Amino acid sequence: MLRDPGAAVGRQKTVLEAGDLSRALRRVAHEIVERNKGAGSLVLVGIFRRGVPLAERLGRLLSEIEGVTPEVGALDVSFYRDDVGLRTPSEVSATLVPFDVTGKTVVLVDDVLYTGRTVRAAIDALVDFGRPRFVQLAVLIDRGHRELPIRADYVGKNLPTSLTEDVGVKLVETDGVDEVLITEMGS
Amino acid sequence: MIKHLWSIDQLSVDNIDLILRTADSLREVGTRTIKKVPALRGRTVCNLFFEPSTRTRISFELAAKRLSADVINFTADSKTSVSKGESFKDTALTLQAMGVDAIVIRHSSSGAPQRLSSWVDASVISAGDGAHEHPTQALLDLYSIRERFQGFEGLRIGIVGDVTHSRVARSNIKAFTKMGALVTVVGPPTLLPASIEKWGTEVSFDLDEVIPKLDVIYLLRVQRERQSEQFFPSTREYSSYWGFDARRAAALKPDALIMHPGPMNRGVEIASDMADEARSIITDQVTNGIAVRSALLYLMLGGEGADE
Repeated sequence: MLRDPGAAVGRQKTVLEAGDLSRALRRVAHEIVERNKGAGSLVLVGIFRRGVPLAERLGRLLSEIEGVTPEVGALDVSFYRDDVGLRTPSEVSATLVPFDVTGKTVVLVDDVLYTGRTVRAAIDALVDFGRPRFVQLAVLIDRGHRELPIRADYVGKNLPTSLTEDVGVKLVETDGVDEVLITEMGS
Repeated sequence: MIKHLWSIDQLSVDNIDLILRTADSLREVGTRTIKKVPALRGRTVCNLFFEPSTRTRISFELAAKRLSADVINFTADSKTSVSKGESFKDTALTLQAMGVDAIVIRHSSSGAPQRLSSWVDASVISAGDGAHEHPTQALLDLYSIRERFQGFEGLRIGIVGDVTHSRVARSNIKAFTKMGALVTVVGPPTLLPASIEKWGTEVSFDLDEVIPKLDVIYLLRVQRERQSEQFFPSTREYSSYWGFDARRAAALKPDALIMHPGPMNRGVEIASDMADEARSIITDQVTNGIAVRSALLYLMLGGEGADE
């Protein structure tokens, strides 16, 4: 009997539920503090869109753990993308980095690390704001398939995926619920 | 986003909303130390100005440079090929051969930008054509109003002055009406077009009667030359009937906005001390002009092709 290859398209699997997500973030916060020997001179910059609420959550967690509240900023990288002119410009939102990044350890925060191009754009945007001492990367999900030599310092969950799958992160702040789903897209 | 812009009619409400939201981000870029993002790196924007302009040309130049685009200025004065008798079409074909990505054109003939677009592959943006339209002025005016009022629905906007000769007025009336505002046009009957009642606005010749109801008063430049062309007996008479002065400012709502596209004729359409009044956002309009024009360039050139 022949299998219908189209049958799998649209199938969704929950890989992280709310509790898993918050535990992973808590562990990432502890790793950040351990690696940087505290939270002094640390600033968090979330990459629009879902990196921003994640950065804010990490900021609160760091505050609980270390008693120090790091500055948290938001970065929209639309103007730094390498595909400007190749596709419809994405909706931009205002960047807010109301503090100096020079000399600081900047932890970039994003929901999913995939090709690495968004992070490349974020680093370019960041150096226009000043000269950080270190730039580290914290992501909720690393799904593999890097196209540039970029790697995360802190990973909530490693999720090997195929190129036909879509990883969807939902957060309470943006989507009303905390969860991570993998959806089979077909070709 | 559309490929060319010479009239507000070409933009839908959604298009306009997108441009204004994108302008928020570009305005933030203007507050940084490094006021530049690489989005249009390597693209070339040509300012093709057949009419004099310093402010609009510089505004477009800064807008393009904010996105890292290269800018060339082609001003039709005694040093250029136009004075040597080169036709408009040949100028266009020359620019086409040079491979520019966008042309910002100001011309004394209505329809010139549309004509230009038939000769070149570049995106064409009008910076004013004859008495027809000045769409980017309307967009930056919308942006400036949105900053204070957030929405436009039901907002009462008075446009005062020489509407007959004003491309700014034509674009603004279209833009404000499209976004849901209620427009009243005020001026001497000699300077309001005969067909004005078909434009979807209220009309009044009595500024004092209209002022207390306005959320925004938009003053148009009145050229002193119109006095010699018999449109009004004297500039003093014009300003006593339709000039914005301290007495009229007192009758204006406390949270209303005073706007002007510039350059001002202090003492004619606006009293000198009124230009610096607290409710005036005339200088904000200039700042916003760069952000809005940047946003437009980004949206028009940053995609893979226009959804014509």
